[in-house]
Amino acid sequence: MGDAEQAKASGLDVAYVAHLARLHLRDDEIALFQGQMEQIVHYVEQIGKLDVDGVAPLSHTVSVSNVWREDEPRPGIDHGKVMDNAPEQRDGLIAVPKIVE
Amino acid sequence: MGDTNLDVSRLTIREAGDLLASGACSAVDLTDALLRRIQDVDSNIHAYVSLDADFALQQARAADEARAQGKSGPLLGIPIGVKDLLNVAGQPCTCSSHILEGYTAPYDATVIARLREAGAVFVGRTNMDEFAMGSSTENSAYMVTRNPVDLERVPGGSSGGSAAALAAGEAIATLGTDTGGSIRQPAAFCGCVGLKPTYGRVSRYGLTAFASSLDQIGPMTHTVEDAAILLQAMAGLDTMDSTTLDVPVPDYRAALQHDLKGMRLGLPKEYFVDGMDDAVRASILQAVDTCRALGAEIVDVSLPHTEYSIAVYYIIATAEASANLARFDGVRYGRRVSPGNDPVEMYGATREAGFGAEVKRRIILGTYVLSSGYYDAYYLRAQKVRRLILQDFENAFATCDALLAPATPTPAFRVGENTGDPLKMYLSDVFTATANLAGICAMSVPSFSTSEGLPVGLQILGPALGETQILRVGHAFEQRKKAVA
Amino acid sequence: MVYETTIGLEVHVQLKTRTKMFCGCATGYGEAPNTLVCPVCLGYPGAMPVMNREAIGLTVVSGLMLGCDIAHWSKFDRKSYFYPDMPKNYQISQYDKPLCLGGGVKIDLEDGTEKTIGLTRIHLEEDVGKNTHFGASSGVDFNRAGHPLMEIVTEPDLSSPEEAYAFLQALKQILLYAGVSDCNLEEGNMRCDVNVSMRPVGQQELGTKAELKNLNTFKGVFHALQYEQERQAALLDRGERVVQETRRWDPDRGETSSMRTKEDAHDYRYFPEPDLLPVVLEDAQIDAWRKALPEAPRERRARFVQTYGLPAYDAGVLVAEREVADFFEEAVRAGGNTKAVSNWIMTDVLRVLSEKGVGILALPLTAASLGALTKLVEDGAVNMTGAKEIFAVLANKGGDPARLLDELGLAQVSDTGALEKMVDEAISANPKSVADYRNGKAAAAQYLMGQVMRLSRGKANPPMVLEMLKQKLDQ
Repeated sequence: MGDAEQAKASGLDVAYVAHLARLHLRDDEIALFQGQMEQIVHYVEQIGKLDVDGVAPLSHTVSVSNVWREDEPRPGIDHGKVMDNAPEQRDGLIAVPKIVE
Repeated sequence: MGDTNLDVSRLTIREAGDLLASGACSAVDLTDALLRRIQDVDSNIHAYVSLDADFALQQARAADEARAQGKSGPLLGIPIGVKDLLNVAGQPCTCSSHILEGYTAPYDATVIARLREAGAVFVGRTNMDEFAMGSSTENSAYMVTRNPVDLERVPGGSSGGSAAALAAGEAIATLGTDTGGSIRQPAAFCGCVGLKPTYGRVSRYGLTAFASSLDQIGPMTHTVEDAAILLQAMAGLDTMDSTTLDVPVPDYRAALQHDLKGMRLGLPKEYFVDGMDDAVRASILQAVDTCRALGAEIVDVSLPHTEYSIAVYYIIATAEASANLARFDGVRYGRRVSPGNDPVEMYGATREAGFGAEVKRRIILGTYVLSSGYYDAYYLRAQKVRRLILQDFENAFATCDALLAPATPTPAFRVGENTGDPLKMYLSDVFTATANLAGICAMSVPSFSTSEGLPVGLQILGPALGETQILRVGHAFEQRKKAVA
Repeated sequence: MVYETTIGLEVHVQLKTRTKMFCGCATGYGEAPNTLVCPVCLGYPGAMPVMNREAIGLTVVSGLMLGCDIAHWSKFDRKSYFYPDMPKNYQISQYDKPLCLGGGVKIDLEDGTEKTIGLTRIHLEEDVGKNTHFGASSGVDFNRAGHPLMEIVTEPDLSSPEEAYAFLQALKQILLYAGVSDCNLEEGNMRCDVNVSMRPVGQQELGTKAELKNLNTFKGVFHALQYEQERQAALLDRGERVVQETRRWDPDRGETSSMRTKEDAHDYRYFPEPDLLPVVLEDAQIDAWRKALPEAPRERRARFVQTYGLPAYDAGVLVAEREVADFFEEAVRAGGNTKAVSNWIMTDVLRVLSEKGVGILALPLTAASLGALTKLVEDGAVNMTGAKEIFAVLANKGGDPARLLDELGLAQVSDTGALEKMVDEAISANPKSVADYRNGKAAAAQYLMGQVMRLSRGKANPPMVLEMLKQKLDQ
């Protein structure tokens, strides 16, 4: 419960999170989402009420391990199809605006 | 042969298979008739995002040729509608989103490859909520699908196109996907059968992921028997999906019986709450009586953590989705909007233009619950509660073969009724999301309609790999209901 | 002021697998761009990863060679950040449950002592694509995307550029011994991120660190660290602060410069990869890997000194490459003279390898034939001159030394009668040298010896000739 309360106190900053997710939002969208999100976050915070001490988190409902494949090559997809899907290309590369490294 | 008056509007896989096997019609006839039916009615329904008539007829011809050469099988020459997030080589796969415009799938999803091998014909791609995010198919970037039972109402979602196509008689069977109820809820709203298999029973390879630990592909059909046929062809281990189960696939059709003698069915009290729709309650209780009459023993059970399921579901599903949808960035495929000369600007603008409001909301929520400082309070805690929800089901299935519950708290709501209130829309998944969180199987079968004639879905939940049980219950109920109607 | 330097490294090592980490695309270098790709490594909608078992095995082997604890339960996580060369905009990596924990690498310091550089962890992840820059745009090749990449993280135990360099050399040697990577720096098989900070000697807490990204050569690491040491020391001397930031090393200008990356880049939003199941390794399985490990280079060097009585320096040269050390031991096993085999390898064999630019396994010369050759010399069947001729043939074409000895007519002449005839001939033909010798110029004997060798076309047994000459001249 403490954790969730703390999260709420810290607040959700839609503009910041949208930036993390590389999502441009208009100002009116930010305002709209901020309100809707706060309502939703408030709702999901009810899980803070439960005592979950000693409960192991569940990532998979399938309790299997070591699912792997042998190191054997398989055919991929044609270069032509890759390029047909690419919005822009140059010299067999997928072109993007200049990357500053 | 060449029955041009072939009525496909209520045809089941079984019946169509009989027609094909007897030579009463060809796969080309069937496909052609279905395409004409779609032409006639879809302008009012908008179940399909795209059709590929030439490709479908070519597949149908191939199926006819294969039959002529002695091949047979329950799906040979059967047209299937495919939800628009499954990859079919050579076809678009838009997920009803602008961001995937221009993308052509270079590969088959595993289920598509299996159905192709079985001779199925892929007629078209069915509409959905964008990236399967929604419960009404109003979130499609392209069109709002209408409920054929009442055009003012939604067909449910996200597999609303697949359900509406069946209800409007413009499909013999369709494929849906279910992350929090996206097969069962539209099946309930449109009056068809929708089965969400056990997590890991059907390969997800080629299913554009919404929430990877919850998604499953399943059949949507006119009858329970058809669901068994379609599931049979799709289920089983796939080396391309590490989460598929290495467990033999039983003969699902063989499990269908006409009574429920010896079965114990549980009624989870948390699914019959105050404030639920009276007509839904009445319908489900009547269905329960029917099952009792079929010989089942009905017992009360409790799933005490049900009230947390929507909260847990929306944390886990959006968290996974925020990562799954990060790949839609305009770099390798799909739409690109690049106003400046900077990749970061390109990402922002592409995703702004490419995603609809609901997708953006869920990406933001999912990004937030995983972000630094919040992970433990939201995501990690949700995973712990998820285990409690799973344990609830394990306890219930220790004493019951299956559970009976409503699929939805209300019948189909009106178009536009919930669009302004995302949280209210989320809460409509309350009876379905639990099965995804627990990874168990569940099916919605048409129960008794409301006095207004709106369909109600009886949800039958089974333990992990309990598909035979829920198919048996669903089939017996369906047959008895048909007999008394 | 006097400062001490604290350095930690993150070394990315491409594993030697036939296929990528999570898909069946072939790994390769220098192929046409975007030809070794599939829906999985391109991050296409619906594609799913499946672990490459070999990559897991190679990482465990690396961990065992480096003295790590191998995790019995390990998992993969998604690490989110947007970059055009990263197909899914999340990298499948390992966050809190890596395959290997702890471990260390021993290095030799200049003062002759040994230091252990601790390892924090080794985890497995997927590589990203490769960018090419044009004028106003960039192009991405995804052939490399998804190549299995092992990240080895050290403790901040290194305290000089020299130590960092020695560490990288030692690490590379171990990884090559383990056979887990080609460690080819030109092909980017090993890439380094470096954390470096400085503090006044005696200060308890560490100084503010700078991160140097993507150093592709060991020399680059060395020079970049030297530069950073000077830069940071100068800042501190002036009373200025070192800014915590990522810096790029420019090898042409020989300096580092700030990359000005955004702060939010560090909110990676890790969470368990739902598409992959955990890796669970039983003790028995780990032990089986452990039993199959090759001897580590340092242990082998010590053993070579101990077992073969080789000087430490020679042992170091021999074990530098696993294949060379194997070759040495096989030649000795084949009956070769230990000291002679070592000398042949350290001089002629390594020279030929560097001339030809190949590895020892590519040479027609086999360990058995080198061993046999040294035995021929030891037995007096051929002298060194002849042996060098035989070696030249073995190195180029291979063959049986004994047969070559016959074919080339190089058998050493040890027949007293024949030698005596040649010695007499040389003495009678060179009266001046004989006189010189008898007048005390010992070197004249060497000249006469050379004349005898010439008469024998190099085949005379040199010790016997010398003995005979001395006998006759001293009479």
